[in-house]
Amino acid sequence: MIFGLPVISVTIWLPIVFGILVLATGDDKNARLARILALVGSVLGLLVTLPLYIGFDKTTSNMQFVEMHDWIARFNIHYHLGVDGISMLFILLNSFFTVIVVLAGWKVIEKRVAQYMAAFLVMSGIVNGVFAALDSILFYVFWEAMLIPMFIIIGIWGGPNRIYATMKFFLYTLLGSLLMLVALIYMYNISGGSFEIIDFQHMMIPMSAQLLIFIAFFFAFAVKVPMFPVHTWLPDAHVEAPTGGSVVLAAIMLKVGAYGFLRFSMPITPDASHKLAGVMIALSLIAIVYIGLVALMQADMKKLVAYSSISHMGFVTLGLFIFNAYGMEGAILQMISHAFVAGALFLCIGVLYDRVHSRKIADYGGVANKMPVFAAFFMLFAMANSGLPGTSAFVGEFMVLMGTIKINFWFAFAAATTLIFGAAYTLWMYKRVIFGAVANHHVEELTDINAREILIMAMLAVFVLGMGIYPLPFAEILHVSVNDLLLHVAHSKLPI
Amino acid sequence: MNLLANLLPAAAEVFLLVMVCAILIVDLMVTSRSKIFTYMLVQFTLLGCSLITVGTHTSQVVHAFNGMYVDDLMSDVLKMISYLGMSMVLVYSRQYLMLRGLFTGEFMVLALFSLLGMNVMISANHFLTLYLGLELLSLSLYAMVALQRDSAVATEAAMKYFVLGALASGLLLYGMSMLYGATGSLELGVISNAIAAGVHNKLLLTFGLVFILSGLAFKLGVVPFHMWVPDVYHGSPTAVTMLIGSVPKLAAFAFTVRILVEGMQSLVHDWSGMLIILAVASMALGNLSAIAQTNIKRMFAYSTITHMGFMLLGLISGGIEGYGSAMFYTVVYMMMSLGAFGMIMLLSRAGFEADTLNDFKGLNQRSPWLAFMMMLLMLSMAGIPPTVGFYAKFSVLNAIIQTGHTPLAIIAVLFSLIGAFYYLRVIKLMYFDAPESHAPISMGSDTGLLISINGLGVLFLGLAPSTLMSICAVSVQQSLLLH
Repeated sequence: MIFGLPVISVTIWLPIVFGILVLATGDDKNARLARILALVGSVLGLLVTLPLYIGFDKTTSNMQFVEMHDWIARFNIHYHLGVDGISMLFILLNSFFTVIVVLAGWKVIEKRVAQYMAAFLVMSGIVNGVFAALDSILFYVFWEAMLIPMFIIIGIWGGPNRIYATMKFFLYTLLGSLLMLVALIYMYNISGGSFEIIDFQHMMIPMSAQLLIFIAFFFAFAVKVPMFPVHTWLPDAHVEAPTGGSVVLAAIMLKVGAYGFLRFSMPITPDASHKLAGVMIALSLIAIVYIGLVALMQADMKKLVAYSSISHMGFVTLGLFIFNAYGMEGAILQMISHAFVAGALFLCIGVLYDRVHSRKIADYGGVANKMPVFAAFFMLFAMANSGLPGTSAFVGEFMVLMGTIKINFWFAFAAATTLIFGAAYTLWMYKRVIFGAVANHHVEELTDINAREILIMAMLAVFVLGMGIYPLPFAEILHVSVNDLLLHVAHSKLPI
Repeated sequence: MNLLANLLPAAAEVFLLVMVCAILIVDLMVTSRSKIFTYMLVQFTLLGCSLITVGTHTSQVVHAFNGMYVDDLMSDVLKMISYLGMSMVLVYSRQYLMLRGLFTGEFMVLALFSLLGMNVMISANHFLTLYLGLELLSLSLYAMVALQRDSAVATEAAMKYFVLGALASGLLLYGMSMLYGATGSLELGVISNAIAAGVHNKLLLTFGLVFILSGLAFKLGVVPFHMWVPDVYHGSPTAVTMLIGSVPKLAAFAFTVRILVEGMQSLVHDWSGMLIILAVASMALGNLSAIAQTNIKRMFAYSTITHMGFMLLGLISGGIEGYGSAMFYTVVYMMMSLGAFGMIMLLSRAGFEADTLNDFKGLNQRSPWLAFMMMLLMLSMAGIPPTVGFYAKFSVLNAIIQTGHTPLAIIAVLFSLIGAFYYLRVIKLMYFDAPESHAPISMGSDTGLLISINGLGVLFLGLAPSTLMSICAVSVQQSLLLH
């Protein structure tokens, strides 16, 4: 409880209320007020999530901070919220990134500032709702509502080809969501009238139905992750989105898909998950290897990081579908780490883009001469993206590889190639952009990052290093919930 | 039964008729400058009707005029919503009509006559009453479409509407006569019993059903009887388009349900199969054609076809869930449609019709609030939560899946994905493009308030849809299944 209000509801609605307040400041004459209000809102939004961390009971896999109210009585739909070890971390992560995004857009965004800030605040609240919802229709409402602010963000503040990108993003994800909706309603009808996720998890479903439900969920979640071959919207969306949009896409939106696998696909349809695990692993490995190679070929920095995101998310889905504790915990840690690393890389690219207005690698060279502080931060994040030990990325990747090698040596071998390809594409890009002689007059005119930018980078760097050196605080929150989930997945849900 | 007991269930319609006649006479004395007086009188009439409908409401199903007329919960709910809808139509269109010299007594009287026709349809329990209501509605609408006499497109639309409408009425009448031949009655309850007891001449019955269904499909505007819809929507003055595209859908829903469910429940296997074809064809053709439109009124015409197809899916499912969801869908559709056409009229000004998609370009820069309202309406039409349009689709999908038609549900969602594209395009134009004109948007405080209520209502009902859903379910339960 915060001031007598339920914690989770506050984490959802406080950013939304602030978003509306920011919107109310009107046009760009009040831009300063809008920025300050947005910062206050996002910082408060982060602060109110802290009770979740402090009051969290690590010894139980039950849902905590539960809120339950009737919502749509006719269909037995409830306003049912709660968190376990998995979702709690993502709520914190999301609220943290909202602060980062507000700071990152502080100076850069000049047109329609209030709408920009408001869109991010509203989205932050909605995403918290996605992670906290325990009723599947409530989940679905948040899940789709999330698309609306992102659609606007890419469409208004994005790059030259933004309209194509945002339409593609919206329609691609909507396709998956609609099939999931059909699956949810189908399960409502066989569960005897309940939309509770927990009831779905305890329900016996015959194999044929499980397979169809799994496929429907697959469309919804795989598009969001994104998995090969439904990943094609991501490079477009990432490249065209403004920096803040890319950060939220990489750090949060992609995690929502993997979270869906954890919360829906695996516990509700465990038999289908086992049956189709081979396909999932194959798709994950293709993403890791093939998309890694594609990343190597990119001339555009944002596209490169976008493909690297897909490749890294391949690790996540690989970890999930090998069904052991190493794999699953590794996958979740990889998700968190990837949020920090990819978010940071997009911010770094944003820093360069704000100054030079180009994302082409070829337009840079010798940046280290002009921006030494920036180059140091960029170096750290580039190393983290290649999975260097001591950075957060290493922990997750290592655990997933450990889990995989128990299943099949060659799977692990294929996945491990990412350590080479990842290093290759990241460090090669780094080398071409940062080192060497000053390439042109644009680079010549560069100024190093200012205090605000240093603050943003430093916050992320703390997490990237901290999580790499001492991952226990993250891992121990996950532990009980992951074990419980694995137990669920191990039990067949076929009717006897 | 004495006269009073007969009149009581129809009291609101009687009051409406008396008031329309009174307004017709009063309007002669009102100068063309003070038509606002007539307007206020019309609004007052609508208020009076709603008070009477509430006042004469009983918890039972009351039949009057020897079973020709029925007063039940469904009719009362639909009538209340139709008063509200009509009142909104008039508020939205006042300024628009004034600027075009159409703000006349005739318009308002015809609107009220059409309302009377709708309410007779809603309460009809007999083929003759149904037909009477339908013709009253249709004739008023034909005249309203043609009200703008010097406009070639409007005249063309009126002509088309009239000819095709008359054809549809003919089909309907022919079907009714066959049904009369097969069952010996025109009263829905008696027909239903006769069919259930077994009809001698099955062929006649089947042909009758097909003709009636074709007539219904014409009036609903579903494929393949949809040809009139785009032209009429496009050609009519926007105020009339708004009227055609909103409130009569309630009557069309009642009309369909009364005939098919109350009158021919035992033929459900025959007509639901036909409805599936109509529904799927409407969703397919409506969504695909809407993409190609540049005129927003035409786009909404095709979107209506789609929505009516989706509504039919609810009827196919049957049961409280099915009919309840279809009713909910219709009510929600009326709200969204009112808002969308209201927005077109808000953006129009003297001598300028904002009826192409390009007129919506850059609305966010001209008026962020209006753009936001339009975005809510478009998202609702596309069925994206948290707007009420989602729950309309949700409840219909639930009804379909419950009856085991899951593949049909998948077809429906795939078509709504296509539909999402052209609704999103409107949002795209408003938010992402630069405006073509910077003309100030002049809206009265009444229309400004109404569009805000309308847009936010779509959002609010999306956050709390429970009550309206329950009302719809309870009313169909009482009206269709418990007697």
